[in-house]
Amino acid sequence: MANNHPIGKPVPRKEGRKKVTGQALYVDDLSFPDMLHGATVRSPVARGKITNISFEGDIPWNEFVTVTAKDIPGANYVALILNDQPYLADGFVNHAEEPVLLLAHKDKYLVEEARRNVRIEIEELPAVFTLEDSLAKKEIVWGEDNVFKKFLVDKGNVDEIWDEADLIVEGEYETGAQEQLYIENNGAIAIANPDEGVTVWGSMQCPYYVHKALVKLFGLADEKIRIIQTETGGGFGGKEEYPSLIAGHAALLAWKSGKPVKIIYDRAEDMVATTKRHPSRTRHKTAVTKDGRLLAVEIDFVIDGGAYCTLSPVVLSRGTIHAAGPYVCPNVRIHSRAVATNVPPHGAFRGFGAPQSIFALERHMDKVARAVGLTPEEFRRRNFIHEGETTATSQMIRERVDMDGLLTRALELSDYHAKRERFARENASSNGGFGTKRGIGFATFMHGAGFTGSGEVYLQSIVSAEATSEGKVRILAASTEIGQGTNTIFSQIASEALGVDFESIEIVQPDTGRVPNSGPTVASRTSMVVGKLVESAVLGLKQTLLGSGLLPQQYNDAEFKKACADYIAKFGSLKTSSTYQPPPNVHWDDEKYQGDAYGAYAWAVYVAEVSFDELTYEARVEDFVAMQEVGRVLNPVLAAGQIEGGVAQAIGFTLFENVVWKDGRMANNQMTNYIIPTPADIPPIRVFFEENPYAYGPGGAKGIGELPMDGAAPAILNAIEDATSVSFNSIPLMPERMITEFS
Amino acid sequence: MLITFNINNESRTVEVFPMARLLDVLREQLHLTGTKEGCGEGECGACTVILDGQIVNSCLVPVAQVNGSNITTIEGVAQQDQLHVVQQAFIDHGGAQCGICTPGMVLAAVDLLNRNPEPSEADIRNGLAGNLCRCTGYMKIFESVVRAYQK
Repeated sequence: MANNHPIGKPVPRKEGRKKVTGQALYVDDLSFPDMLHGATVRSPVARGKITNISFEGDIPWNEFVTVTAKDIPGANYVALILNDQPYLADGFVNHAEEPVLLLAHKDKYLVEEARRNVRIEIEELPAVFTLEDSLAKKEIVWGEDNVFKKFLVDKGNVDEIWDEADLIVEGEYETGAQEQLYIENNGAIAIANPDEGVTVWGSMQCPYYVHKALVKLFGLADEKIRIIQTETGGGFGGKEEYPSLIAGHAALLAWKSGKPVKIIYDRAEDMVATTKRHPSRTRHKTAVTKDGRLLAVEIDFVIDGGAYCTLSPVVLSRGTIHAAGPYVCPNVRIHSRAVATNVPPHGAFRGFGAPQSIFALERHMDKVARAVGLTPEEFRRRNFIHEGETTATSQMIRERVDMDGLLTRALELSDYHAKRERFARENASSNGGFGTKRGIGFATFMHGAGFTGSGEVYLQSIVSAEATSEGKVRILAASTEIGQGTNTIFSQIASEALGVDFESIEIVQPDTGRVPNSGPTVASRTSMVVGKLVESAVLGLKQTLLGSGLLPQQYNDAEFKKACADYIAKFGSLKTSSTYQPPPNVHWDDEKYQGDAYGAYAWAVYVAEVSFDELTYEARVEDFVAMQEVGRVLNPVLAAGQIEGGVAQAIGFTLFENVVWKDGRMANNQMTNYIIPTPADIPPIRVFFEENPYAYGPGGAKGIGELPMDGAAPAILNAIEDATSVSFNSIPLMPERMITEFS
Repeated sequence: MLITFNINNESRTVEVFPMARLLDVLREQLHLTGTKEGCGEGECGACTVILDGQIVNSCLVPVAQVNGSNITTIEGVAQQDQLHVVQQAFIDHGGAQCGICTPGMVLAAVDLLNRNPEPSEADIRNGLAGNLCRCTGYMKIFESVVRAYQK
């Protein structure tokens, strides 16, 4: 049945059939004639000078292709922000598992055995493994002071407030590393030679990031590098910057061998060597009046960036801007730093710094409420931001914001008031035994969509649309489908804008040889920012057809198809492009970190109900309500799927997922002992949307992807405090840590 | 060694290394790439296949053990163009996102409904507990299973 107005409807996933039948092709499902298998030999220690590399064991080494830093044809760095990360260590290593040498052979079992027989000798140097040691400059391991980046947000003057405030409340909060744990590991296949240039197929979020990096690595012209995204089995940020590395490695081996080379990480390698969420430490100092109004907020936010800069400045930026939350306060100072340690570089992970700083804020808001003698609810209500008020970066909120309404609905839907009272009563009467205590807590927060500040203007994203003579409309964009629904959402937007059948829209596989750069698939920007470009590009097609006189003002599917065919017969082709234009009145000062940080924010209230077992010290989430305003919901099934999946990851972040570090190396790099939530662990996640269409989003949509990562952790810890009366301020909160705290 | 087994209702004889993982034989020798590798240690369930009526992690099965067996992989779930009700429900109700866990999850759900045509919510959670998904938070997978048996 034709569906010409699919926006707002639960249109099934465009590539769903391929996925449920096993026909979807991921990178490891591809094979080329004569293909070799590549492997990466990595540093056994965290920091030191490479003194010798030897090839040992009973291995036919003459059959192997090997690549070291000396073989790199262009520049030995991963082009991103500071270009400090080498593709292959050249004489010096800065973290455990740093790539030193590459091997390839046609037998993938032999290449694995060979990898174990390369001996890298290193003269070890002192290393730092924690954010505290880095800040204390226990050893200088990066630059002059171990600091990749700092920001200062300064609104009003906090220093004038401390003396006059009724109450000052301080707190310190920590979050740990978290593995993205997409179920498809990182992988790439490359064909590379001086004649044809370099072509890479891979699992990735951002084909043009890989393109940019490989242009530098090979010193080739843009058109000599071609990057093709294969079906991608989850990303969550973990395939934002890292694919530049593995793609480059496969390409270096292909370049030297003259044969196609495939590198697929196994789970252990993916977990031990690739990026994770930045660990963080946040200190809050808050001045309030005795009736609970915020007077001054001072926040010190630090993240551990690992051994190289990679994306840390941008992660830090988002965490910094979100640190003061959806509250209005005349005096705010946020001082933030991303520091270096000798662990593998931390990187993008859904939420991108915001889950860390929001965890701290929303735990701290409960603490301040208690200090003032107000309920967590009443304290927040007295400080919520409204239309016409300004955020920490002095951004005036110009849209309707109803945090009060969201909070009221979320508390009703979760039966918060009745449960809070009942749990308090029951917990009090169960004292003394080994029973179960219950609690309920919540967090209120916002998440900005799109690149920060002027980021979208610098990106200058482009989307093209072309019609075929059969009347199909193809969308050409580098934005990737990684499970979140890009193919479906773009098709819905194009179908709605043209008023043609959803099935007549085709999404072209992201391939830098074919599609324009619509920017990276990150930052909750694909629906809102790139979707808007899809809408403009197809409206351009329609205008062209109308202008040519071949399409009547009112048309049906058959007339649209005929007009496309007639136009192409007459003029040869029909293609239009659309380039990003910022919404009006958006101003951002990159120096002072003041102004309109994001075009739009999603607003949310999440409520968690927990049980706490006094015998096993296990905390379990029993019910979860996720209430949010995300502009217009383009597809209710996909949107709810984003929220449910994000909440599940956030529950893992809070209670399950503990990266165990040993000498700067992840010790539990297996799914056996790094635990993510299973079907048996997840509570009912009940998702609700308020719709408030955003004028500059396609069909009124705002960003949604990262939002659900932000609120669960503080809501759960607030609930655990409600249950136990013990204040935990660090996650992951494992039973072992709770035992220590109780005894 | 030479082994013969029945796969997706077709008899196949292949020359194998006896300790090769069933997963590798399926993917590399039979080119049935719908079976995925997620962890290689039996934790994630992405490599789930139905072996003689039982779901197994094919990464943990030495191929020598399947001589004479019946195996169903994701490629054998639909009958020609006719999707299984579980597959259709996964499409209609958001049970698949990135799709990498989907083949294993669909097989686990098919197996569950074969054994228990009207599972409770707890039965569904237990029936799928060996299959990990990082995208969906499982809610839409549970809903897909419920919708499938209601058909």
